[in-house]
Amino acid sequence: MSTIAAGLSALDRLDRLARLDTAVHRVDPRAKVITTAVFVVCVVSTGKYDLLGLLPFAVFPVVLAAEGDLPLGFLGRLLLMASPFALVMAAFNPLFDREVVAWLGSVPVTGGWISFASIVLRFLLTVAAALVLTATTSFAGVCLALEKLRVPEPLVTQLLLLYRYVFVLGDETRRMAQARRLRSFGRRGRDWRVYGQMLGHLLLRTFARAQRIYLAMKARGFDGSVRVARPLHFGPGDLVFTLGWSALFALFRTVNVPLALGRLVAGVLGIAAGTG
Amino acid sequence: MNRHAIAVRDLSFAYPDGTLALDGVSFDAVHGESVAVVGANGAGKSTLLLHLNGLLTPQRGSVDVGGTPVARDTLPEIRRTVGMVFQDPDDQLFMPTVAEDVGFGPLNLGLPPEAVAARVASALQRVGAEHLAERPPYRLSGGEKRAVAIATVLAMEPDVLVMDEPSSGLDPRARRRLLGLLKGFDQTRVIATHDLDLAAELCTRTIVMAGGRVLADRPTADVFADDALLEAGGLERPLGMRSCPVCGTEPARSGTPQK
Ligand SMILES: Nc1ncnc2c1ncn2[C@@H]1O[C@H](COP(=O)(O)OP(=O)(O)OP(=O)(O)O)[C@@H](O)[C@H]1O
Ligand SMILES: [Mg+2]
Repeated sequence: MSTIAAGLSALDRLDRLARLDTAVHRVDPRAKVITTAVFVVCVVSTGKYDLLGLLPFAVFPVVLAAEGDLPLGFLGRLLLMASPFALVMAAFNPLFDREVVAWLGSVPVTGGWISFASIVLRFLLTVAAALVLTATTSFAGVCLALEKLRVPEPLVTQLLLLYRYVFVLGDETRRMAQARRLRSFGRRGRDWRVYGQMLGHLLLRTFARAQRIYLAMKARGFDGSVRVARPLHFGPGDLVFTLGWSALFALFRTVNVPLALGRLVAGVLGIAAGTG
Repeated sequence: MNRHAIAVRDLSFAYPDGTLALDGVSFDAVHGESVAVVGANGAGKSTLLLHLNGLLTPQRGSVDVGGTPVARDTLPEIRRTVGMVFQDPDDQLFMPTVAEDVGFGPLNLGLPPEAVAARVASALQRVGAEHLAERPPYRLSGGEKRAVAIATVLAMEPDVLVMDEPSSGLDPRARRRLLGLLKGFDQTRVIATHDLDLAAELCTRTIVMAGGRVLADRPTADVFADDALLEAGGLERPLGMRSCPVCGTEPARSGTPQK
């Protein structure tokens, strides 16, 4: 139950961060959404064994977080909370792919371990970008951008309602857990039967509440689409933001920057050695 | 045509689990009238109110608002006419920020963004919640939520206001403000409440419900002077109409409606 509460308060904090006013926050939500999408596509499509090539991508979330005055410790903790998923997703690679592809000194490195690290890294990069996007745009802002970008409206409405529903579910859970704690006096009432009943009860309660919320929406003229009045303005700065970052991602994706840098340095050293 | 009148005829409703919540309810409210609906817990007040803007469909009998019967094809018009404040404000607020929540209804009415912004500002100001505009509604205190829920309905500028327990959870000053606000309206108002002092102060007529039926439908002063009726409805005299427990003097007629 406490993990639910922690998750909720994290979501809440993300939304509050989104109300800051920095240069990054002021960038049009559409620019940020498009840029993040390009980022995700480039990161995800990077080769399975291409670990080095992924590193430069970290620039994007780091720069945005820094420029957007986001607390890095908080984002780091959220990443940590999410990382078990990545570990689970990547866990089997080292088992199946045992071919040795490199040596770290005298330690053999198999393809499995490299792809393991690459999956985890890709996961962390995309989650970090999504967190930074939400924390500088707000969830509602992201939805609004999606709608303006012609993402089908029912989908956007679903997203918005889902987000609201997460809080409903969280609140009901918290209230019920509290009611149980108040009357279970320490250990009694903590057995599995009670938890089972509570779970069933919780589902019914959230269902009933969702139904009442739906009634309230209908009472105010809800006809299947959530309309939001927020003027958006896509200026030249937003265009530069989108194109600049996208070009950088394309560069990272086509040229293995660390490797190229390494070769360059090695080349320079080699020339130096050759002439020396 | 009288846009603001309500006519309920022989209304019955049973919930899917078989609970008969309304059993042959009839009443009228004329233009600009303020009617209180009182009764014990479970008397059927909320169920009745949900029928007034078509959120529940009559199983028997009929509901008319401004001469239009509440039916499937008149729902959009009915909902434009009748604004409803729910018993639990948590049910009413669902947008990411208070301002967007208050703007939800006006946007659905098809108003242009500037007009919506003006309505949001004035509705929030009327309930004294301007400072909450950018907050997420699910993080407000109970009374703040209540005030915002009322604003969401005011912003739609309905002809008929239907309110379920509007004063519960408000602190004395917020309750006072609500009273003043409601007094200032010329819309038809139907208010279900356990706050009998509010009913006494605001409503010319009071409907007493018990077990899904109308027990009495009379001028408010009559209802609250009839101890047998109050007893049958599971109610007590409002504090303002009791004799003073300390000095024993009879109540001043301050509890009589002022409209
Ligand atoms: N969703 C529901 N499903 C089944 N029965 C319900 C439902 N909602 C209410 N009831 C029942 O219908 C009857 C009338 O309920 P209603 O909510 O109208 O009472 P109320 O007068 O508003 O009470 P309160 O003063 O407590 O708000 C009650 O017996 C209640 O148990
Ligand atoms: Mg009720």
